[in-house]
Amino acid sequence: MSLSNTHRTIDAIWRIESAKLIAGLTRIVQDVGLAEDLAHDALVIALEKWPHAGIPDNPGAWLMTTAKRRAIDLLRRTKIRDQKYVEIAKNTDLYTVEDVDQVLDGEIGDDLLRLIFMTCHPVLSQEARVALTLRLLCGLTAEEISRSFLVAESTIAQRIVRAKRTLNEKNIPFEVPLGEELNDRLSTVLEVIYLMFNEGYSATSGEHWIRPLLCQEALRLGRVLAQIASNEPEVHGLVALMEIQFSRFKTRVNSKGEPVLLMDQNRAQWDQLLIRRGLAALERSRKLGRSLGPYSLQAAISACHTQAPTPEETDWPRIAALYEALSIVMPSPIVELNRAVAISMAFGPDIGIQIVNELNADPSLKKYHLLPSVRGDLLVKLGRYDEARTEFKLAASLTQNEREQTLLLNRAMECGEGTST
Amino acid sequence: MIIKATEYSEAGLADGKDYREAMIPYKKSLAKKGVLLADEELQPSSTGLRITYPKKGGKPQVLAGPFPVNQDLIIEYMVINASAEDEALNLALRMPVPKARGKYEIELRRLKEKLESIQDPGIKAIEASLQDHLNMLKKI
Repeated sequence: MSLSNTHRTIDAIWRIESAKLIAGLTRIVQDVGLAEDLAHDALVIALEKWPHAGIPDNPGAWLMTTAKRRAIDLLRRTKIRDQKYVEIAKNTDLYTVEDVDQVLDGEIGDDLLRLIFMTCHPVLSQEARVALTLRLLCGLTAEEISRSFLVAESTIAQRIVRAKRTLNEKNIPFEVPLGEELNDRLSTVLEVIYLMFNEGYSATSGEHWIRPLLCQEALRLGRVLAQIASNEPEVHGLVALMEIQFSRFKTRVNSKGEPVLLMDQNRAQWDQLLIRRGLAALERSRKLGRSLGPYSLQAAISACHTQAPTPEETDWPRIAALYEALSIVMPSPIVELNRAVAISMAFGPDIGIQIVNELNADPSLKKYHLLPSVRGDLLVKLGRYDEARTEFKLAASLTQNEREQTLLLNRAMECGEGTST
Repeated sequence: MIIKATEYSEAGLADGKDYREAMIPYKKSLAKKGVLLADEELQPSSTGLRITYPKKGGKPQVLAGPFPVNQDLIIEYMVINASAEDEALNLALRMPVPKARGKYEIELRRLKEKLESIQDPGIKAIEASLQDHLNMLKKI
């Protein structure tokens, strides 16, 4: 193997193993920043040794053993007399490369889970959570993260440093929360993962239109989480949602890089393997026998499209029912608007528009441009073009987004033609 | 928290003993709470340089200090982590001030950490499916 080949292989190994390494080391030294440094030390040693000695059979275990030895050295050197560390040091000393694999098999999952609860801790801002999770659990460099979010590398690096310091100063424990707290904290973790996924999936600016790396990392994290927190329906729900959405990844843009809406996508090109995985994950969520949460419901809605051979064969009554359920667990005008559209498709626009009219009466939504925009579409469907034109114009005046404004004004103009013919 | 320079600090006069002694426990308390993320004191502007671009699209001009003290010069900044505005304000109001030295100004600014594009991922995704469904409504 040539030197550059070896380095590429080591890179790939690092991607896969770094999170487990950092998680395992954090348990020993109780400090994510230090754990990351130790893991990097092990990587540096590997980069020195492997090109000559060859890559070991179990590189992950090799890295872990090397890093742990350094951790123990460090703990001894700094003469931490804390009994806890001495105990760990004693136990860890016994590990050989072979043992590590066995011993860790059960532990690794737990450590990863602890690590993600730490990087997604509520003491950190949402931006910091995302940056730290991408760094420590996905092994991305500050440069890669900064490219994904179009932010300066130094900003991301700073954010990561600050986040690690905050975790340290606030003594955030390396543990999985229990009882009541688990639910709240789990939703924060899921939010971070979904945010990463969406950022990769729906980003619309320039060359970054598609950022598959973020999607893949989010999906990978979700799958790991689903294995280690397998009793939580929403974890499976989120995985299902991401698998199904990701199955359409290639068809979401045309050759010019412009977005293609669901209706116009080539369904034959949807990734069947991802769809099967997504549907299986959704099934796992439902089998846990608790009522579906927001992620599972959205996955179920997405699955309806997946299961329709053509857009015309979509099961709209089911989608309407799922949005009804979603509006209860996640009350929001945007969910109501979706429900109104689904009801229009299932039972006719005259029924759908009633829901929109009810929303119209809510003064807090006066400035919400999607409301007149949807109302306009439903009015067009009902042939009431004059009213529709007014709605589209109102919607255009409420949005700041120029592209959207143009689209809405075009819609208004189309309505003008509608009355004259 | 940005602490503005004064004529005294610009003249290189050391802070009064009272002030220095009050500042130590203040910073310690911030650090203990885990809210103090960074803290740097700056030298007077006489050792500083200023780069200006006097003409649009023109070349930069480098100017050596000292600069006029009425130009909002900075003598120290601290980065603190507060979850809300009033929390930050409370922390800042507890900062000791040099009483004997006239006008004194502390400015609170927010770190630009919010990434507009990544807010509310859930809502964004549901908006996207609304667009998909509206498109179907239009065409089917």
